Amino acid sequence: MSAEIKEKEPLFSAKNMRLIKTPINLTNPITVQVLGICSALAVTAKLMPAIVLSISVVVVMAASNVIISFLRDGIPPRIRIIVQLVVIASLVILVDQVLKAFVYDVSKQLSVFVGLIITNCIIMGRLEAFAMSNKPWPSFLDGIGNALGYGIILILIAFLRELFGSGTVLDVQVIPQAFYEFGYENNGLMILPPMALITVGVIIWVQRYYTRELIEKN
Amino acid sequence: MQEIFNIFIKSIFIDNMVFAYFLGMCSYLAVSKTVKTSVGLGLAVVFVLGITVPVDYLLNELVLREGALVWLDKSFIDVDLSFLSFILFIAIIASMVQLVEMIVEKFSPALYASLGIFLPLIAVNCAILGGSLFMQERDYQSLAQATSFGLGSGVGWFLAIVGIAAIREKIRYSNVPPALRGLGITFIITGLMGIAFMSFLGIKL
Repeated sequence: MSAEIKEKEPLFSAKNMRLIKTPINLTNPITVQVLGICSALAVTAKLMPAIVLSISVVVVMAASNVIISFLRDGIPPRIRIIVQLVVIASLVILVDQVLKAFVYDVSKQLSVFVGLIITNCIIMGRLEAFAMSNKPWPSFLDGIGNALGYGIILILIAFLRELFGSGTVLDVQVIPQAFYEFGYENNGLMILPPMALITVGVIIWVQRYYTRELIEKN
Repeated sequence: MQEIFNIFIKSIFIDNMVFAYFLGMCSYLAVSKTVKTSVGLGLAVVFVLGITVPVDYLLNELVLREGALVWLDKSFIDVDLSFLSFILFIAIIASMVQLVEMIVEKFSPALYASLGIFLPLIAVNCAILGGSLFMQERDYQSLAQATSFGLGSGVGWFLAIVGIAAIREKIRYSNVPPALRGLGITFIITGLMGIAFMSFLGIKL
């Protein structure tokens, strides 16, 4: 039996760092891969729920990527979706209980969307595409990268919607009173669901304008 | 009877799964390139929602909520198993979708081929799990109410996806700026459709 000494990839090598960097712009889960749209739009009326949901998704994605990566050689192909769903669902139950315990009012605002992390296409998508065929550490980084890409877009949308919709950021009045006396009004439409869709459309527009490779060739 | 009808109409137009709650967006955006596939997927979603919501309602009433297990033994009145909702609901949804997949494959192989991966992806379609979770949150009083909610949500989703598919087929011949083509313009149009559906908020039921 020939013994090969495998060159161990350093933990923070360029290749591994790319796993975190690419999903932030080039393969952003929301604006490029078109995954995880549902929750991105629904919880972004205010900044606080968006931040809490992003952190929850980072935790669930990183943990599930690592767990499935450890189990990847032992899962029979026929039932792998069920195994993945069970892992994700258990993690989400944990996160949900933690949220209910420590930030109860925000968890009420998030209502069903914490549960819907289970069906968040990004998590299943990355499990299938990456964790099932890669080692735990790269899977962990991939999970963090994609969740960060998701979180950044979420926070951006929530920031814009809360700023223009209620004049506040994290419930702190940011637009000075003088503006209101001048005649400035909060844009009530921004708080409503349809504006989230239009905001994402505009973000995609700006992103594709500056990152030409993403433009669809029809 | 009136209440059931109200719930049905409300879940199609006012609490529309796509325009009010953004559920099922991934497959909504990915499958809506042609009307034909959209109709197929939409019908599958109606079917799956129409079955999983009532079944999950029964599960909730008989097993999950606080005090539900009284029929087994009077002493179980304090038992609250609702933390198991996620796992049990998903299990039922996954099995239902497997069933739908087998039925579609047998009765309409052409539709099965054109839907491809998106048929099994109904299992992770947020609209399906969302339907069950909303049903649980809103505490419907009877099986009939839960069923009408499930069917109504499905029909609402169906309406949304067929609508956007029809529009997307038409705008292929329009002059959309390059950076906005495809995904960007679809988001904006969906937003405009959402604004249009908001006009239904004025209906008093």
